[in-house]
This record gives sequence, structure tokens and C-alpha cells, in this order.
Amino acid sequence: MTANGMPAPDFAASAPCAPPTGNLVPLLHEIRHALTCWLEKGQEHVIDLRGIPLAPGEEDGLLEQLGEGEVKAGLTLMGPSVIIETRYPGVWLVTHYSEDESITGRFIEVCEVPAILKSQTDDIRTGLERLEDQLSNAEATV
Amino acid sequence: MTDTEFLLWVRGPAFNAAIFIMCAGLVIRFLEIFLLGRKADLAEARGSAAAGGLRTMFMRSIPDAGSFQRSGFTIVSGYVFHIGLFIVIFLFVPHILVFETATGLNWPGLPSNIVDATNVVTMLALLGVLIHRIKDPVMRMLSGFSDYLVWFVTFLPLLTGYLAFHRVGLSAPMLIGLHILSVELLMILFPFTKLSHAFTLWMARWYNGAIAGYKGVQS
Amino acid sequence: MSKNKTLGETLQERGISRRSFLKFCATTASMMALPPSMIPVIASTLEKVRRPSVIWLSFQECTGCTESITRSHSATIEDLIFDTISLDYHHTLQAASGAAAEHAREEAMQENHGNYILVVDGSIPGENNGYSTIAGISNKDMLLDTAAGAAAIVAVGSCAAFGGIPKADPNPTGAVSVSDLIKDKPIVNVPGCPPIPAVMTGVLVQFLTFGLPELDHLGRPAAFYGQSIHDRCYRRPFYDKGLFANSFDDEGAKKGWCLFKLGCKGPTTYNACAVTKWNDGTSFPIEAGHPCLGCSEPDFWDAGSFYKALSIPTGDIGKTAVYAGTAGLVAGAALGASLRARKKSAVKNHERVTIDDLDQES
Repeated sequence: MTANGMPAPDFAASAPCAPPTGNLVPLLHEIRHALTCWLEKGQEHVIDLRGIPLAPGEEDGLLEQLGEGEVKAGLTLMGPSVIIETRYPGVWLVTHYSEDESITGRFIEVCEVPAILKSQTDDIRTGLERLEDQLSNAEATV
Repeated sequence: MTDTEFLLWVRGPAFNAAIFIMCAGLVIRFLEIFLLGRKADLAEARGSAAAGGLRTMFMRSIPDAGSFQRSGFTIVSGYVFHIGLFIVIFLFVPHILVFETATGLNWPGLPSNIVDATNVVTMLALLGVLIHRIKDPVMRMLSGFSDYLVWFVTFLPLLTGYLAFHRVGLSAPMLIGLHILSVELLMILFPFTKLSHAFTLWMARWYNGAIAGYKGVQS
Repeated sequence: MSKNKTLGETLQERGISRRSFLKFCATTASMMALPPSMIPVIASTLEKVRRPSVIWLSFQECTGCTESITRSHSATIEDLIFDTISLDYHHTLQAASGAAAEHAREEAMQENHGNYILVVDGSIPGENNGYSTIAGISNKDMLLDTAAGAAAIVAVGSCAAFGGIPKADPNPTGAVSVSDLIKDKPIVNVPGCPPIPAVMTGVLVQFLTFGLPELDHLGRPAAFYGQSIHDRCYRRPFYDKGLFANSFDDEGAKKGWCLFKLGCKGPTTYNACAVTKWNDGTSFPIEAGHPCLGCSEPDFWDAGSFYKALSIPTGDIGKTAVYAGTAGLVAGAALGASLRARKKSAVKNHERVTIDDLDQES
């Protein structure tokens, strides 16, 4: 009900329904196959969701199917990025946003942990330099 | 010359030239025919010339049994490609727009994929007609350069139209430009070859019917 | 100035973590429709790229291309690109002006001779006629001078790529495109009025990562200009079924039918609008109900009315037909008279009809 007592408009009901692409089940099979390959050979697999034609509503259906598991990580990388492990361990959903919160990329990664979540060697090196600087400053002022 | 310049030239000065030549040519040919006239029939009229003429103009479209036996293939394939040409030229929406620009008249078109299928059938019929013309000894003997030329300038717009619609091979402006150019070729040759039968056949049928009708016999 | 550091080193210096860089590579691969397996390749190639020096020259342009590429409310991929290339000269965006700016350009050219990327927007008056000058130097002289030491040239926008609106009839400044003047350097044309921002930056990224992209016959990157609007348009099923809008507000238009009759140049226009769209994928002209203008094609301003369908000839054919008919009447009357005279004399002289006469076509 809206403020003046009128029934709220049901936009979902009036939205035009696009025909489903039928890509949902094959996608899930691809994930299943990737999980099997990981267990047998340790092979990782990445799916770019933006490269697969999905009708409006189908992507939401896929994400609902995959669900949320034990891990949810928020990253701040020139705009937020969100990484969650789905209800199927080893199946990760990586979503990248720009600083004005529009989606710039969405990937499904089948692996132990997505590469972008790991600390990068170059960053570690830079961080070490910063720490060494800080320590030498701290010692100098003592 | 870029693709775009070619398409613009074809849609612009080339089309104007083609239309000029075709219209002027047709008017000249009609005047040639009408001004030559016929010898006056000094006998007394036994029937109506006008009624005979009108009747013949339309009744000749129905082949009689004898003709069918002699040249059945020519009649059937002829009907197929003429009807096909009519559909492809006059019932395809982008073409209707051209007629609307020239004459102001508008009419509904058929779905484009139906026109496309008709085009394929028409091209096949035309190919059949050509093969028949080459293989049949009488037709071969009667056929001259002009007959093959006329077949070619009729077939070419259909082929280029098919390629342009399906966007095969060259860039889109080039394909559309070649299609319009092939139509311009047809337009230029129209008044000066047997293609003018599109108009003269009505005159010929009229005259034949009128002569017979005047004499009081069926033509 | 470019200090010949690699892109990776420069990013580190500016406090952009490698993680952020990986995010950028992932989203870029996605935008260029490359498989995820290419992401590590893009990352390892891009980070080793020596921060390229870029000189941006603006000539006879409306600044729409610069506006398009810098249109952002916050740090986006486009900004990252601009942060990581050394934009050594851009007289609309840079702080310095006048002699100091020109000095900056000359220094950058000398320091990076043979290696800098030259980006051009706007068309150039082909003769040194003073119609467009910067700091007293004519556009043509500046272009030829700067192009001499460039590794490659990117002609951004339809003006630089094909001449654009200054070249439109009657072309009072004698405007020509970059490729009309430069014949000895690789030129990448990125046309559009303006080009899609993602396409502009995509071309730059593609160039930095993989070198010169595959170009079509008009010098446009095939990755973004390989498909026509018509072949990717969501209204194509209506074209195929013969369902067209007749005017801008009729039933067909409201139902989203094909805009061919309203003059859409989609069939002959090659660009990424129908796929990549505008304003971060919001929409594109046809989706907004307006026929495509064909703005990424050469001479689109002079290609007949924007609102005349592609199949319609551009001239006034009704008038031409009337003139032709009149001319035909005159000529036909004269011809007819001479034919009657000939017939009369043939009858008088008892000439016979031969088989050649019957065989004649005219």
C-alpha cells in the first residue's frame, strides 16, 4: 500500500517477459564438470558471466541456485568488489563494481580460492618497504 | 571512391540519370508506336472494336490447351517468375518506399522473409528458363544477343538483392549500391529492348482484339 | 614526462595495488569479450609496457570526443587508463598554455622520438590557409611535424578519421582526415560522433597490450567495428517480419518496431552501439526510438537526409520523371513525324518488308 492507501504498482507483473535462453542448466553442468576436473587434476576454471547471453531474471535465478556459503569477502579496489563462496565449496562468485557501484565484471571461479583474494607478491614487497620505513622512523625518534 | 561515396552516387545522380532515360525512352517509344498508327479499316463494322480490344487484353493471360501442350514448361515457369518479380518488386517494404517517394502512393508489404523466399523461387525459375532456352533447339535458334542480355539484366537485380538482404561477401554499402546499380542498368535498357513488352503487350493485345472485334469475330 | 618506467612500476608508485590492477585486467578482458584465460596474459603484458608517452592534438573539433572519453563521475577504467599513460600534451585538458604548452610538446616529442602515440581528434584544413591554428602553427604543419616521430597514430572521432562535419558540403575550410595527410605511419581510425568511451579506451588498451589491432578496410579496429548495427540490433526481428514504425509517435514506434522507414542507417553502419551501448550500457539511439545516423561512417553528414530510408534515392525522382516525360514527348513527336514520313514514302515506292525489318528491335 502506498501512503494514500492506493495499492502499490506491481512493476514485476507488468514488466515484459523475455523468452528464457536455456543456458542455465548447461552452465550448472559446466560448473559440475569444472569441480570434477579440480578434484581429479587440480585444474582451475573461470567463467565470465558477461560473456554468456542470459535473459533478464536468469542471472538472478543462477545466483539464487548457487546461494551463499561460509565465506563473504569485501574488497576495496578502485571501487568495491565482492567475493563469496557459494553453497558449493570451491565455487566462488566474484563481482567487480566501479566506484559509482555499477557492475563492471562478474565471474564464477572454480578453485581453492580466487587469485585476486590472495595477497600479491608485488604488494607484499611494497608493504614490506613501507613497514621498514615506519620502523626506521620509529627507531629514529626513540 | 569509398563504399559510402559509391552508394551516394548510385542513390543520387546515377538514379536520376536512369529514371530520366527510362521515362524519356518509354514516352518516345509509345509515341513512335501510336504515331505510326494503323491503316484505316474501310469495311463496315460488324462488332465492337473496343469490346474486342478490352476482352483480349485480359483473356490472353489464360493459355489455351494447345499452347500448354506445346510449351507447358515455358508457360508455367514464365508465370512463376513474373508473379515472383511482382511480389519481390512491389511488395517489399524498402521498395514500396521508393514508389511512395516517386508517386506518393503507399500500400502494405509482405513480411520480408516471405519476400526473400519468393526471390529464391523466382531466381530458380529464371535459371530454368535460361537452361530451357539454351537446350531447346528452336529456342536456341531464335535467341540472339539481346535475349540473353535481357535475361541477365533481369536476373542481376534479384541476385544482388538476395546478397544485399543476406549481407554476404562485401560491405553493406557496397552490396546495396551494387543492387541499386543493377536496377539502374535494367531501367536504362528497359525502353530499348524486349523488356518494354511490359507496356507494349497491352497495346498489342488491344490492337489484335480490336481488329477482330471490328470484324465481329473472336480473337 | 615519461621516465620510461613500466606501467607496473608506475602503478606501484601511485599506490595502486596489484590486486586493483588484476581487477582492471579482468574487467577489461570481459569488456573486450576475451576469454578469462587471457586475463593473466593481459596482466603480464600490460605491466611490462613502458609507460607510453601520448600526445593528443585537437584540431577542427567540437571537443565531443574528449568529453566522451573523460566523462566519469569517479575513478573508472577510463580514468585508470589516463592515469597510466603519460598524457604529455592535450591543450584542452592540460594546465599549461601558450608557449609553455608547446614547449612541453616539443620536449615530449624529442625525449620519446619514434615511440610516442599520437592521438588526434578533429579534422585538418588540407591547405595552409590559416583557418585553424594553435599558437600560430597551422593544424597541417603541427600534424606533419608531430607525426614524424610517432610510433602510431590514433584518429579519434569521425572528424579525424574521415573529415566529419567540417568536411560536410560545402567544406569551407578544405577539411581533410588524418589519413589523407599521413601516409607513412600506422593509423587506427576510431570513428563515431562521438565514439563510445569504452571503445576509445578499449582501443588504447588493446593497442598497448597486443600492438596494432586488426583493422578493416577503413582502418577501424575489427574488434569494435566488425559488426553492423543492423546485425546486432534488438529490433531486427521486426525488420525481418516487415513491421515498421511509420512516424515517431505512431503505434509501431510505441511498440518498438523497426525504424528503417524513418531513415535508420543501421544496415550500412559499423559500430559497437547495439552491443556495448552508451552511458555504461544504458541505451543507444535506436533503443531510445531514434534511427541510427550512421555517425561512424565516412561522409555521413552528406549521405542524404537522416530521415530518408536507405532504399530511397536521394534526388527528386518525381520531378526528374516529369522532365523526362516532357523531353520524351518532344523527341517522340519529332521521331514519330519522321517515321510517318518514311512510311509514306515506303508505301509510295512499294518497298517490301524483309525479314531483317521484322528482326529489328527499334
